[in-house]
Amino acid sequence: MRKSVLIAINLLFSALALTAQEDLLSLLNEEEETEYVSASFKTNRVINLQSLENTAPGVLDIKIGHRFGFINQGAYELFGLDNATIRIGADLGLTNRLMVGFGRSSFEKTYDGFLKYRLIRQSTGKRKMPFSVSVMASTAIRSEKPRDPDRENYFSSRMFYTFQLILGSKISEGFSIQVSPTLVHRNLVSTLEEENDVIAIAAAARQKLTKRLSLNVEYIYVLPDQILDSNENSLSIGFDIETGGHVFQLHFTNSTSMIDKGFVAETTGNWLDGDIHFGFNISRVFTLWGREE
Amino acid sequence: MKIIASVLIVVVATLQGYAQKYFTRDGKISFSSDAPMEKIEAVNNKVSSVLDIQTGDLEFAVLIKSFHFAKALMEDHFNENYLESNKYPKATFKGKITNLADMKLTLNGDYRAAVQGDLTIHGVTKPVQADGTLSVLNGVIHATSTFDITVADYNIEIPKVVRENIAKIVQIRVDINYKSLEE
Repeated sequence: MRKSVLIAINLLFSALALTAQEDLLSLLNEEEETEYVSASFKTNRVINLQSLENTAPGVLDIKIGHRFGFINQGAYELFGLDNATIRIGADLGLTNRLMVGFGRSSFEKTYDGFLKYRLIRQSTGKRKMPFSVSVMASTAIRSEKPRDPDRENYFSSRMFYTFQLILGSKISEGFSIQVSPTLVHRNLVSTLEEENDVIAIAAAARQKLTKRLSLNVEYIYVLPDQILDSNENSLSIGFDIETGGHVFQLHFTNSTSMIDKGFVAETTGNWLDGDIHFGFNISRVFTLWGREE
Repeated sequence: MKIIASVLIVVVATLQGYAQKYFTRDGKISFSSDAPMEKIEAVNNKVSSVLDIQTGDLEFAVLIKSFHFAKALMEDHFNENYLESNKYPKATFKGKITNLADMKLTLNGDYRAAVQGDLTIHGVTKPVQADGTLSVLNGVIHATSTFDITVADYNIEIPKVVRENIAKIVQIRVDINYKSLEE
């Protein structure tokens, strides 16, 4: 009797030991970690709009933005290719959440600077978060000579401010969307009809077509009775092409300006009339310092 | 008395069964790609592995997203374009030390080990063989190994434009301190 009990106990223990041996790694109760979702967009811009993405810390992103003239100018102007406006800029990632950027546009000789901060990062794993939230604030200074030099021109009249909340999600491996409530403040507007504060809702999406090519669309809806009737909502459609350290963004847009206050509140082109710019952004990254660990 | 002794023996034997397993959760695996235009290195310090010194069984689990590169963009491309870490989050190895008879891992000493098993990367499983060393010092087993893998074997495509930047054969280095698993 005692013997059989012993044998039973023995068998039980060896059975335990055996099951433990079947999958060694299951012995380690692995803790789940929080994984942040990355690469919802290829760069920190959708086309004109700020995207959900930040420049990584220590990375300098040199951006050259180009918009040719309107396509409907015809063959004489080579469909707009004879004219161009340009923005040369540099973005720098400071931390995992904070980045800064500067730029200078030929359009109205404007200098601009912005700060973008990630408040919430989409994540999976231990801490699940289905969306990301960023805030962006930018300032622009128009350095073009005043149109009417005889009147008193204050420096503050050259200043523009934009505040933007960026909410979005990488819904699947290839598809991301975002919505950005935006406020543009213009210290000086040209007519009484126009509001100094312009509120707009911007929406954007990207669909990856291949690993290195994606289709991007963005549309900015300006709430009624704030801008000139002749102005239009900005609509841009383009492709992101990635080759190693470069991202080429080729697109069609009805906005001439490449900075927030311009493409949100001062877009004049009408898509249906063919007031479309062909344009591109080239982004080239340089690693200035290593990643914090 | 006899019974108690027997039970004790059984319990101790089972515990020893556990003590024969060694593990790590913060092992290091690094790799380097030495191409004409660019040298790329990445390190992962969060490798999980278990080694059974009685049977020679050896397993690894490596989270792809835990590989870190000097350049942030490389890390993005590694995860997005090459290893597709959302689809294939882990690389695993399941294998055996084949010359276990030549070593006595309960005693201090250095041994040469031959390992054979199945390596799964990017959803593709291939048999691999590697040589390594095991140094036992006061209950800690320090294991190292260096071996090469061919990127194309694992269905990882390198586009033409970066062929000068990414090597076809990548060197993998393993550096693990195993501690005894007692629970």
